[in-house]
Amino acid sequence: MDRKDWPLFEIFIRPKNGLSHKHVGSLHAADARMALDNARDVYTRRGEGVSIWAVPASSIAASDPTDKASLFDPADDKVYRHPTFYDIPADVKNI
Amino acid sequence: MYTQGLDAKTEQGAQPSPRLVTEQETALQGRFQERVDAEEKIEPRDWMPEGYRRTLVRQISQHAHSEIVGMLPEGNWITRAPTLRRKVALLAKVQDEGGHGLYLYSAAETLGVSRDELIGQLLSGKAKYSSIFNYPTPTWADIGAIGWLVDGAAIMNQVPLCRCSYGPYARAMVRICREESFHQRQGYELMLALAQGTAEQKRMAQDALNRWWWPSLMMFGPSDNQSAHSAQNMAWKIKRFSNDELRQRFVDATVPQAEFLGLTIPDPELRFNAETGHYEFGAIDWTEFNEILKGNGPCNRERIEARQKAWDDGAWVREAATAHAAKRKQRALKKAG
Repeated sequence: MDRKDWPLFEIFIRPKNGLSHKHVGSLHAADARMALDNARDVYTRRGEGVSIWAVPASSIAASDPTDKASLFDPADDKVYRHPTFYDIPADVKNI
Repeated sequence: MYTQGLDAKTEQGAQPSPRLVTEQETALQGRFQERVDAEEKIEPRDWMPEGYRRTLVRQISQHAHSEIVGMLPEGNWITRAPTLRRKVALLAKVQDEGGHGLYLYSAAETLGVSRDELIGQLLSGKAKYSSIFNYPTPTWADIGAIGWLVDGAAIMNQVPLCRCSYGPYARAMVRICREESFHQRQGYELMLALAQGTAEQKRMAQDALNRWWWPSLMMFGPSDNQSAHSAQNMAWKIKRFSNDELRQRFVDATVPQAEFLGLTIPDPELRFNAETGHYEFGAIDWTEFNEILKGNGPCNRERIEARQKAWDDGAWVREAATAHAAKRKQRALKKAG
């Protein structure tokens, strides 16, 4: 097995201009250039995209799933961050 | 192309060795099952029971191996396709199977197993892959029968996997199913051309159906009463329908397609039951299935040898790519320095 050192790249594809790149999967490659070449063959065989990002998986910092509650629950009780929280008489238009 | 319940009762039904389950673990397991029951997806870094992880690694890697080995029976005909149209279709299909293998290896890797480990298991013959790819493809009609029947059975099995509780597997399956529908259609179209052709062509189509029918039914895996881990996999929502349910759906969908072709399904006991609305079919020869899983199918050895050869012959390419990457890195450093 002489491929052990090939790093993992996460692949992101922009489906068309105007849309964000979206994660589609991952692949191993000797370097970023090869990752782009292979991503083209693996993830865009049917016109799925117009642009590819290959990001070394080791460069991604990710939040810990066990912190999910402490990170994201605080937003749940802040209804005043949403427009529907505010009462506006029906007669007032364009707001 | 396909995943199959390949593990015998003894291997799979064995409970994990008894050990102390901590209170915390019980709570985590309860919470995990609640999430699964609520149809929440499980993502790679979420807590999951060890059995869930093990089952997924085994199933996804077997599925990946099946895609890769599945390229071989069809690859056999690429250079001899009768027209350019058929040739580009077959090339695209075989390339898709390679891509599907890669999506699935990636999904398996999110569970903490390395690609090299998985490939090593395939090359050493330790890993299992779908029984169907151990049959030979002696005639061009086999390419039609594989697309129509084998991919048809695979789609029947794979569509419910798009709703599998494990996120990366479910997402890979969505891509795969979308791409695979062309596989089945090109196969059926090919069968149709043969069935409407000369007497000899029609005989060839019938012969392929005769050889692929029963192995296709076996693709759904052992009968429910022989399949020990079905209940747990259903509870974990890895599996949504039982082997027998999916097999019945496949028969119900395929028999009318065979009739349209004017071909005969090689099962004298096949009949439509107007009361149930389903086709009843004859008993499957599980001895043949078990022999293939043990490695004694017509092409088991040839398939693994072909994979080993491909790996060995590709060694210089991997070495060159590694060296080239190192050289480019050096050059970039020099430029920057």
